Amino acid sequence: MSEKFKEFPGTPLSSRDIKSGKVLTFKWRPNAKYAWTVGIAYGRFLEELKNGRIIGRKCRECSRVLVPPRMFCEQCFRPTDEWVFVKNTGRINTFSLSYLDADARRIKTPIPVAVIDLDGASPGIGILHKLGNVDPKRIHIGMRVRAVWKPAKQREGSITDIKYWEPI
Amino acid sequence: MTVAIVGVGYTDVRSTTPDVSFKESMFEAAVKAYEDAGVNPRKDIGSFITAAEDYYEGYSIFDEFVPDQLGAVLRPVCTVGGDGLLGLITGAMQIETGVFDVVAVEAHSKASDILTLENIMTFAFDPVYNRAFDAHPFFVAGLEMRRFMHETKTSREQCAEVVVKNRRNAIDNPAAVYPAKITVDDVLNSEVIAEPLTRSDVSQMADGTYVIVLASEKKAKKLSDKPIWMKGLGWCSDTPWLESREWGSTVYTHLAKERAYKMAGITNPRKQIDFAEVDDWFSYKELQHIAALGLCEKRKAGKLLQKGSFNRDGQTPVNVSGGRFGVGNLLEASALQSVLECVLQLRSEAGKRQIKDATTAVAQSWRGVPTGTGCVAVLSNEL
Ligand SMILES: [Zn+2]
Repeated sequence: MSEKFKEFPGTPLSSRDIKSGKVLTFKWRPNAKYAWTVGIAYGRFLEELKNGRIIGRKCRECSRVLVPPRMFCEQCFRPTDEWVFVKNTGRINTFSLSYLDADARRIKTPIPVAVIDLDGASPGIGILHKLGNVDPKRIHIGMRVRAVWKPAKQREGSITDIKYWEPI
Repeated sequence: MTVAIVGVGYTDVRSTTPDVSFKESMFEAAVKAYEDAGVNPRKDIGSFITAAEDYYEGYSIFDEFVPDQLGAVLRPVCTVGGDGLLGLITGAMQIETGVFDVVAVEAHSKASDILTLENIMTFAFDPVYNRAFDAHPFFVAGLEMRRFMHETKTSREQCAEVVVKNRRNAIDNPAAVYPAKITVDDVLNSEVIAEPLTRSDVSQMADGTYVIVLASEKKAKKLSDKPIWMKGLGWCSDTPWLESREWGSTVYTHLAKERAYKMAGITNPRKQIDFAEVDDWFSYKELQHIAALGLCEKRKAGKLLQKGSFNRDGQTPVNVSGGRFGVGNLLEASALQSVLECVLQLRSEAGKRQIKDATTAVAQSWRGVPTGTGCVAVLSNEL
């Protein structure tokens, strides 16, 4: 329909009009701050990251080891039973190369992000993290990787205590 | 068909809960509710509803974060952007469709996780017209309280009595965080927040989680010895324009009540309603809500409250649980705290604060400043 029109009537808006305040807008920056309680499961998980270890919770009913740990099994709807350390090695389940940063700016070196099925956790359960020390062209599903930790003194109980995962 | 409440589960209410995540609290309340109802969520519950406001949670699309701990994975799940009572009404309507026999409804407060609650409240104001004054959002309550007192000749002392009553009531509620024996003077002499509102006219925040299981009439009779019937339901929103509101009375409650009472066959609320749990975010709000529910003559709420008509042993007990003042302000979840109290009373399970021979109750909610939105439910232990 719009193809029929060669010219549109009216006065077009330019970005200069907007910048010079000819178009009225109202700006507001919300001050929304939270401090989420990590609780029992995430609390222990983060504590163990600080120790350079990855921990999960096991449900005896379905025998699954859940990572990150949860105090309840969502499938059996019962409390999980025990803490289980899993290995800091695993296999890439899926991955992507992001060419935009968090602020939507285009970046030259892509950020490789992957879901990694952890050795010692149940199939299809693992960790979401960055890959590093790897040629992006070589990354593939099923690739074996291991965690590269920050030095112990720099760890603070955060998912970023693992710097990235690199090919074995 | 009438929908019934067949199970209730709840955590302790606490001023802060640094030890457990909201997910862990929800799991606890859910386990208790399903046990109370005698249902297995993985098999028996058709749909799950959480009443939650994304900005209180600090997550957008909060729906995504609720299935695990409710036993709702791979099942119909939604959140309702409203208070717990709206969640409950939504659940009842889902059952009325005939698609589901059993529905679980959840609401919680993790207010202690929110570091800038006043800013979150201001974020609910119209951005163009109402955010530019640099005043704490409770100034809206100050505007409303002033006009309400003016129109109804209600005194500051009468508003203060609400706080005294509810915090006293909470002494007999083991789940309450803020029970206290205080005086009208204590309320009047606390620091001014937004005239005529003082610090003590404002309820204090708390954390807590509630899960309620609903069932169809047929299913409820099978599941429960003491089903509590949802006889009448109503909800309503006033205009969002702060510039043109009826400040003196709460129109939203009045209209929601009309609908709920009609559905429940309530024609003489003062006779037919045995007790009420109403929103008391601010002291004067309880008086507004009592009047809007038709539990007294329009301008008399303050005077009658002062006389004791709404005490536990009065004509129509109001907020025997302690309400937001006594139990704690649980944001969207206070509405389910009100429903819980109605259920416990109507089941004769309210312990020391049990009201004798009660058959019919009303629960009423409000979403706080700057909203003019709330719900009303008539609940009964008789079908
Ligand atoms: Zn399991």
